[in-house]
Parts: sequence; C-alpha cells; structure tokens
Amino acid sequence: MSAIEKISFDQTGLLRFITAGSVDDGKSTLIGRLLHDSKSIFEDQLTSITNTTRKRGMQGVDLSLLTDGLQAEREQGITIDVAYRYFATPKRKFIIADTPGHEQYTRNMVTGASTANLAIILIDARKGVLTQSRRHAYLASLVGIPHLVVAVNKMDLVDYSQPVFEKICQDFAAFAEKLNLRNIEYIPMSALNGDMVVERGDQLNWYQGSTLIDLLENVSIEDDINHEDFRFPVQWVCRPQTKELHDFRGYMGRIESGSIHVGDNITVLPSGLTSRIKEIILYEGPINEAIAPQSVTLTIEDHLDISRGDVLVKTGETPRVTKAFDAMLCWLSEQPLDPNRKYLIKQSTRMVKAVISRIDYRVDVNTMAHEATNTLKMNDIAHVGLKVQQPLVCDDYARNRSTGCFIVIDESSNNTVAAGMISPAEE
Amino acid sequence: MNNPPFTHLDALESEAIHIMREVAAECANPVLLFSGGKDSIVLLRLAEKAFRPGRFPFPLMHIDTEHNFPEVIEFRDQRVKELGERLIVRSMEDSIKKGRVVLRSENQSRNAFQSVTLLDAIAEFKFDACIGGARRDEEKARAKERIFSFRDEFGQWDPKNQRPELWDIYNTRTHPGENIRVFPISNWTELDVWEYIAREKLEVPRIYFAHQRAVIRRAAGLLPVSHLVQPQEGEKMEQMIVRFRTVGDMSCTCPVESDAANVEEIIAETAMTRITERGATRMDDQTSDASMELRKKEGYF
Repeated sequence: MSAIEKISFDQTGLLRFITAGSVDDGKSTLIGRLLHDSKSIFEDQLTSITNTTRKRGMQGVDLSLLTDGLQAEREQGITIDVAYRYFATPKRKFIIADTPGHEQYTRNMVTGASTANLAIILIDARKGVLTQSRRHAYLASLVGIPHLVVAVNKMDLVDYSQPVFEKICQDFAAFAEKLNLRNIEYIPMSALNGDMVVERGDQLNWYQGSTLIDLLENVSIEDDINHEDFRFPVQWVCRPQTKELHDFRGYMGRIESGSIHVGDNITVLPSGLTSRIKEIILYEGPINEAIAPQSVTLTIEDHLDISRGDVLVKTGETPRVTKAFDAMLCWLSEQPLDPNRKYLIKQSTRMVKAVISRIDYRVDVNTMAHEATNTLKMNDIAHVGLKVQQPLVCDDYARNRSTGCFIVIDESSNNTVAAGMISPAEE
Repeated sequence: MNNPPFTHLDALESEAIHIMREVAAECANPVLLFSGGKDSIVLLRLAEKAFRPGRFPFPLMHIDTEHNFPEVIEFRDQRVKELGERLIVRSMEDSIKKGRVVLRSENQSRNAFQSVTLLDAIAEFKFDACIGGARRDEEKARAKERIFSFRDEFGQWDPKNQRPELWDIYNTRTHPGENIRVFPISNWTELDVWEYIAREKLEVPRIYFAHQRAVIRRAAGLLPVSHLVQPQEGEKMEQMIVRFRTVGDMSCTCPVESDAANVEEIIAETAMTRITERGATRMDDQTSDASMELRKKEGYF
C-alpha cells in the first residue's frame, strides 16, 4: 500500500452539538422535529410514542417523548442527565448531547458541551432573552464551543413577527459581546410546526438565512481543532519483543493537535530530551505525515526513556511545563471542595496529585459577577490556583481545547468531582 | 495525488482506538467481550489497530448462553484462531449446574441470565474492566450510558449516580471488587458498523446474510425454528428468505425478511430501514418500556 501523503479535512463528516434550553422552550420538540423531518425516527419508536401520547390523554404525536430516556424520568416527566442521540443526512453525521436546562444542572451542560462543536441555545420568542439564556451563553463561552446558534422558537405564538425576532437578536448580541463568542447565528423557528428546522415553511418569508439543518450541515468545523501546535501524549508503549521485532519500540497515542512529518525534530516533555521522528505507522502501513485527531504509532531515531504520560512536541515549540498554574474550575460533585485535601488531576495521559491552593473568585453564572468564597459547591464555577506534585505540560484552554483541559478526581471515592480549563500564564 | 478526506468513520475509529489504549494503560486486568456478533467483530479490528504489532494486552471472553447459533460459534473460534489471541469461554450451563441460575423451562430465553454468568466470571478472573460492543443508538436506556460505565461491587448500574464524562479524559479508577464496562463504539450507529465492516472487509457469520430458513410467526415477529423453538398449536412453520440483524439467544432473536445477500446490500437496506435494530429482533426488549434499563441495573451489559 502506498503511503498516504496528507489527509484533508475538506469533508469533515461528524458534527457534535448540544441543545440548551428547558422543556418549556420546546427543546425536546426541536430534537424530535430534527429527527422526524430528517427521517431518523423509526416506525416502532413512532408507534411507541403515539401510544404513550394517547395513554397520557393527549392527541396526535408528542415528539418531545422521543427524548425520554429512563424510567425515573418518564415517571417524573423530567430529564436528569445527558443523553446522546444520533442522526445523519447525506452530508453529515450528527451526535446530539441532549442536556437539561434547569438551574441546578450546570454540571450536565458543561459535560455535554465539553465535546461539542456547536451549541443551539433555545429562546422562547414570547419570553425573549432570560437569565437562563445568558447562563447558557456564558457556559458555552466558558467551555469554548466554537459555534453558537440562537434558535428563537415558538415564532408561531408571536404571529411570526419579524420585529420580535430582531429585538431578541439585538438583546442577545449586546450580552454576547461581553463573552468570548465569535460565531453566532440567529434563526427564527417553530419546532412545533416545523418552520425553519428542516423545511422552510411558508410563514417566515421575511427571513433569508439558513434553516437549522442547512446550518448544521454546512458550518465549517475544520478550524475547531488547533492545527498549529503538535501535541502527542503517549498512551501506550508497544514493545512486542518477538524475534522479528526484538528492538521495536512504538509510542502509541492520538495526535491531540497539529501535525507531524517523518524526519521532524521532537522534544519529549517534561524531560526535555530530543530526537527525530523515524516512522509514523498505521495498522495499514507507514505514512509520511499525520494530523490531529489521528491515532498513530510513532518511532524515533534514538533510544530514549519515554513512557505513558510524556508528551512529544516539535522542538522549538515548547509549551509551558509547570507545577503551578491557574484554571477555571467547574465543581461537579455533591461533596464540596475541601481546600485542605489532596485531589488527583488527570490531564492528557498523566495523573498527578494536586491541591487547590487558592480560590480567587466564584462566578455568578446569571450575572457574571465575581464573588469571594472559600469553598466550592456543586455547579459552582470559579477561578483557582493549583499546585501539582509532578510537572504538567500546560496549554491554555483558549488556544488548545484538547490539551488545556483536565478533570479532578476524589482519591477516596474515585468520583470525578470537577472539570478544569487552564488559564493563560500570568505575565 | 488526491488526499483522502477524514471521514466520520475515521473520527469514530480514532476515538475508539484512543479509548482502548486508555483501558490497557490504566486498568489492571481488562477483558474484551467477544460474542461473534458484528459489533464485537468491529471491536477486534479496532483492537488490532490499537495494539499491533504487539499482542492484545487483554484476553477475549465469551459468555455462552448455549442457545447460540452454531454458525456464530464456529465463526467465533475461527476468528480467535486467526488473531492468535486467548479466548475464555464461560458457559451459562455452569451457572445453572451451580444453582446460580434457575430457569423456569429449558427453552426459556437466556439473555437476561447472562448477567449472572458474566458477574461470576468477572469475580473469578478479578477483571476490573470489560470492553463491550454496546452502542448508544441501540436502545433508550443506552443513550444515557457513559463510555466508561461504572458498576458497583454487585455489578449494578445506577443511572442517577454515574460519573460525569468530560472531553475525552476518562476516569478509570475503581475500588477492589468494582468494575467498569467500557464501550469504545458508543457513538456508532448500526449503519456505521456495517459501513466499517465494508471498508475493512471484515468477515461476519453468514446468518447476517439472506438465507432460507424455517420460521414461525409469533407476536409481532418471526422466530427461527430450532430445537428450542417448535411450532405451538395454531402456528405454522414456513420457509422464508430472511437474515438476522443481531445474533443472540436463538429462542428470542428474530430474523427479518430480507434479500440482502452481501455487505453492500445490507448497507443499502440499513440506510432505508424503518424499524430499530432491537425493535425488529429482540422479543425480550418488547415486554415493557423499561426492559433494557431494568436488566442493565441488574448487571446486564
């Protein structure tokens, strides 16, 4: 097999998005509509929800029932966690992280948002931009979602009024200016009637922009990955030690960002040792160049002591290697932060002991105001200082979403208690 | 030279390889569950991509209901031989003999009881992670499943008490006796699996392809006639052209009418199909809205 010269991202075929909003905003109806109109609902699912709609004494088909998951939720008529849905059009495959919009569920939205390329924020046209919408926008910007769609829903209940839509756009834009959100699109729609979701409908002729599905199919996600900085955290060292491969030593992992070419000079962090790339190997055979997010095996020219947790970077492009850094932390656990305790941090492929040495402030997610605090409770978001026992290779989250993040683990319960995003170094 | 695009299958594949390597590196004693079905066939190819030229850093295991289609068992053994990896088989018959499983009748579906044999095997070998081929699109209880799904020391899944899973940083830590079920192809759909089988030119058991089979109509589906399923009064045995979309317990896995005789035709059929995989093929999932959720809570995969 001939070596693949270079892979292009021209047809990136997988888009992950989240929907933020409450049941009242018509979120479940919107997801149901997307699945239904893109013909991703199966007959047995439709039969099942038709029966349930009748059982509950209602008429027709309640598309919101499609996203009902667990028994507890069906009994209580609520959504308690992140659920994943899948659909495809001829252009793209989509993964929806369906997150509930209640006040206490910051943690679910952050979880769902962490892997998303795009967020849809639902706004009820009758109610306009609410505290909740601002919270969703803030969380989307905190987690660094590259694309945002503001879906102004229930336009049928405001007579499909253009001035109502424009007022909401202005209000949202005024608020979003203060956040790190660049790519925002606004769409008026009625998920209930299907206007501007998959079909344009005939009620919103004053609106010239894309339907939601057009936008989802065509938004360019090529630059959502950092293509500049080569980062290769070593996951696994392959040493078959067979007769034919006696000296083979392959470093296995996924390229988190950037690209690498055979012959490139590399530096191993945190040790600082240097070498050159000898081979880039796929199961199918050797290749000359590989790019994020490919999983590959690398071999190097020299015998160096490299193990899991080390990061290969290009020589001369060395990031920060440090035992102290600042971060935004989202506390996820019912057990509050104990500043006196040691926690574990997992970042890339490295696990280290850590203490949260400082809490600078907590953010009120409704007003963005900073508040003083000496502990963190579930759903709190705060700016903190951390100290770790072993040095970490630190990228700023804003520059590199895949290596700038970490999770915090409680050593005694083994639970994941917080999510962290590394802040730029102090000048 | 034209550059091949990085397709959705490439993205899903790279994610799955990354997950498998995390398990190998961080779990003390993992195992990969291989049934001979299409999803676990895909897992084996992903394991080859993750670890070759090395050996797999875990054994394979099959929980045998002894209600399996003979073609599938034959295929399972053939595939393991080609790979040169180690296969552990634990049989439900042993659990029945030990009195761990009590069946109402010999021919009753054994799907639900697999959990007992699986949990016994986990205890026997002290496995702390089981890699499986479950997908989130299969069933609504699965839609809320994590990629690393934590089980307590009774093997139970508590949907309200799952670890949040952020980015692709996986928390693999367990206390002794607990274990994690890992699903590298969580984000794949039935169609993705078939497209991958086509792309990788993977072999699958021949009962996935259209063939003539004796069946009876029962409830809303077809059931294959075998030593476990015989026509009851009022039921008529028919010869039909069918194929299986899943391969499970012979007493409750229903074939669908189909002419799809090769992988390409299955892809075309899957892209057009209007009924979910489990809705069409599993009688045990149709008993209530929450069947899968209840079985999962008890330790089912």
